[in-house]
Amino acid sequence: MAMIRDRRRHKLVAYSLILPFVAIFSLVFAYPTFEVIRMSFTNAPLIGEGEWVGWANYRELLTDRLFYTSLKNNGYFVLLTVIPTTALALLIATLVNRLSGRMQALALVLFFMPYVLPVSVVTQIWAWMLDFQFGILQPAIAFFTGKPVPVFKNPNWVMPTIAVVTIWWTNGFNVLLFLAGLRNIPSELYEASALDGATKWQQFKRVTWPLLWPVTALVLTLQLILQLKLFDQVYLLSEGGPFNSSYVLLLMVYREAFQLNNGGYASAVALVLFLVIMVVSVLQFQLLRIGGKNK
Amino acid sequence: MTTTRKIENTVLTAITLVAGAIWIFPIYWAFVTSIRTESRVVSESAGLWPDELNLSSYVDALFNTQLINWYINSIATAVITTAVVLVTGMMCAYAISQMRFPGRRLLYGVVLASFMVPTQALVVSQFILMNDMGFINSWAGIILPQLIVPVVIIVYKQFFDAVPKEMKEAVVLDGGGDYTLLFKVYLPLNWGITTALGIITFIMTWNQFFWPFLVVTTEDMMTIPVGITQVNDAFGVAYARIMSVALLAAAPVVIAYLIFQKKVTEAVMISSGVKG
Repeated sequence: MAMIRDRRRHKLVAYSLILPFVAIFSLVFAYPTFEVIRMSFTNAPLIGEGEWVGWANYRELLTDRLFYTSLKNNGYFVLLTVIPTTALALLIATLVNRLSGRMQALALVLFFMPYVLPVSVVTQIWAWMLDFQFGILQPAIAFFTGKPVPVFKNPNWVMPTIAVVTIWWTNGFNVLLFLAGLRNIPSELYEASALDGATKWQQFKRVTWPLLWPVTALVLTLQLILQLKLFDQVYLLSEGGPFNSSYVLLLMVYREAFQLNNGGYASAVALVLFLVIMVVSVLQFQLLRIGGKNK
Repeated sequence: MTTTRKIENTVLTAITLVAGAIWIFPIYWAFVTSIRTESRVVSESAGLWPDELNLSSYVDALFNTQLINWYINSIATAVITTAVVLVTGMMCAYAISQMRFPGRRLLYGVVLASFMVPTQALVVSQFILMNDMGFINSWAGIILPQLIVPVVIIVYKQFFDAVPKEMKEAVVLDGGGDYTLLFKVYLPLNWGITTALGIITFIMTWNQFFWPFLVVTTEDMMTIPVGITQVNDAFGVAYARIMSVALLAAAPVVIAYLIFQKKVTEAVMISSGVKG
């Protein structure tokens, strides 16, 4: 009897421990997940009931040119950011890792600082630096192109510029991950390979790169997911323009739901974004794992 | 060390620091701009060095905008969010890690799965929910949807799993229950993790833009990252003032980072699971 009572008590204690999380989770995560799926099959406005319309929202989506533009721009932005930021972070981490003590701390502060800034601070600083008339970077742009460029109003410049701003802002995080990875590589491996007469480049290729692969794969995956969720920078710097050249899926969700009052349609777009992120990240994860095995 | 190695070393160190200085330049430039007068900011002759000390745009920023309100909203929502996330997360992680109950594996499965869900995809229905509950333009509305941070549970669980069983037995023999174990043994043993997760959650919440931007529509309830975008509209092209506001908005996290840099570095490494 005592055993059974104890076991019941144990269970009750366990449930009391998980209750706060489970309650909040059900309310603000599980229920909205269910709701967004249900809404995507209705023609509901943002606030208020709608009617069940089956797959109509999804069918409409397939003929919506703006949807394809958004998908394309999301893809383009991923290309512009994911691999470049990973490569740059690895390079910076390798440089920083050589330093020691205060010198390393200083270098780390310089490269990591932008990461702690709120996104709107970042966009305001860059909007000022790239201001068409007075921006300090315009002479540099003029040097290469012959004249100043209103970067956020030019369809060819807008996405690459937002990519640069994004990399500047978030790169420090990746540097830290690589730095942690580099610190985990035993120094004996470098000493041994140095005794064998390996050059710096050989050491990087044979020791650093393969041992760092799990971190590289992690950074690539995290970046991919993060960059697909692009919204803040685009909304603040170009509002999706010019001519929708920086229009992305999350911006479409925002416009449809909060400006055009199409709650149902916006939910469908949100779910597609969700699916894209899931599929792409699972695919990438599998690819990276295979890549890791062949090493 | 040979002379060539020494030279190589010095050159690489110099390159690193110069690259770092270039990297930080935008923040430096924002600062130089902020202490100039508006006319100097757009003048042709203004150079790269701080040549003026004009604090009027800071005064303007502090007293002619709702910056103080935004600070209060940001601090309150970020502190409450961080505290609730940590407490609910550690309790849940302890139960998953150390206790046996029906639904345990399912719960952990759900936590892991929700780690994969982009919360941005839920904003439409979360907004409707907050509206139904009357939480638009309130701290509760800003806070509630931000309370789910699955990585906190995942990290806590990993560290609780690693606590040696002997530590547990001593307390159990003394008649201590699971609450005693959690708060007197598991938590004190993992203070480092708690501070690390706390720092990361705080920075993330403080810098959150998308959700607070959606759920708040009145200027006095905005958080710092959302509020400062209003200043832009209000001032038009007045870069000294815009930069002053931006730097004042960034100051708390920047100062906190400079004080706790080592902790922040460690926090990023631990919460991403790279540091074994």
